[in-house]
Amino acid sequence: MNKSIERLYSGIIKENPTFVQMLGMCPTMAVTTTAIGGLGMGLTTTIVLILSNMMISALRKVIPDKVRIPAFIVIIASFVTIVQFLLEGFIPSLYDTLGIYIPLIVVNCIILGRAESYASKNNVWLSMFDGIGMGLGFTVGLTSIGIFRELFGNGTIFNIRIMPAQYEPVTILILAPGAFFVLACLIAVQNKVKLRNSKGTADIDACSKDGGCLNCANTLCSGKNQELKNTAEGEEA
Amino acid sequence: MNLFLIALGAALVNNVVLSQFLGLCPFIGVSKKVDTAAGMGGAVIFVITIASAVTNIIYKFILVKLNITYLQTIVFILVIAALVQFVEMFLKKMMPTLYSALGVFLPLITTNCAVLGVALINVQKDYGFVTSVVNGFGTAVGFTVAIVIMAGIREKIEYNDVPESFKGTPIVLITAGLMAMAFFGFSGLIK
Repeated sequence: MNKSIERLYSGIIKENPTFVQMLGMCPTMAVTTTAIGGLGMGLTTTIVLILSNMMISALRKVIPDKVRIPAFIVIIASFVTIVQFLLEGFIPSLYDTLGIYIPLIVVNCIILGRAESYASKNNVWLSMFDGIGMGLGFTVGLTSIGIFRELFGNGTIFNIRIMPAQYEPVTILILAPGAFFVLACLIAVQNKVKLRNSKGTADIDACSKDGGCLNCANTLCSGKNQELKNTAEGEEA
Repeated sequence: MNLFLIALGAALVNNVVLSQFLGLCPFIGVSKKVDTAAGMGGAVIFVITIASAVTNIIYKFILVKLNITYLQTIVFILVIAALVQFVEMFLKKMMPTLYSALGVFLPLITTNCAVLGVALINVQKDYGFVTSVVNGFGTAVGFTVAIVIMAGIREKIEYNDVPESFKGTPIVLITAGLMAMAFFGFSGLIK
């Protein structure tokens, strides 16, 4: 039981996919023009992540090692399709807001990364909690970016007016360039924290040499990183 | 004329990276030098154009005929992954010079969400075969334009005095944001 709570903590705070691991940046930038978009995208991804983690974990002894990546992708794509139809049927407004980014959850590196690094090695119960933790972490990340952009770019949060009427909204924040600026500041803050903690630039240098942390968003790469991290964790335990 | 407008719209007005945020990972990862950026762009043009054609044919003649269009996401992602492998093998065998130029970038493209994105947009907008190919080609050209400009700017940024915490990815994103603003200028081109 303790271990499942540890998975939740690790997903939401310690290894938060948005703020710490910087995974799944395409949807992060595209749908966070409003808080509702961020929340919707986060929850949709969470559901897919929980289901695919459970299914992959249940099948982990059946899937041959050599074809595991294609097998994972088919499982993930199936769940994405199911969730897409559920959204279309029951929450059409959200379906219209997210549009093409729903089917693109298939290529979201968080999901394949978790499948490769966690679900394919652990039991169904823990994998489910891993999915819930990571998914909620992603949701928290997207929603807070969405709230920030909507509040300053439009003066509202969840379509409720917060800012006084005299407030002149910074419209650029809810347009495409704003996404780049917000994300840039986010990573800069993260770098600042890292710099202060390590009191050296070694970490940052190693990162920027390969084109920055975002480069690791490449699915295979992130899978490998995770694998290394997990084996390190396993040895400690 | 209509086709020209679609290509122009896909390449400049709705630029795949700067306004739709697809294919960001290679855009930031492989834009350190102009040569490699151009190589990546070439590979993307090649793959997206072929993928648009193939997915369109599969959609029209298999998925629609069998009335299983709801399987499009699953089918497209598998087709694209297989296609990239196939293109790689084909180039290695038949056009070694082109392969040596593009080879390194081909495996990276499987994880590029722009490829799946274009295939899905083609279906969503109900494009025919020719229109799909033109749209795919235009989108990929837009990606190439963006990544090559970005690489050019990054080569200059190397010599600038950037604040410590903005080094690396953040400054690249700021630059991308400014480029996205500049690309807004194109939105007047098409009504």
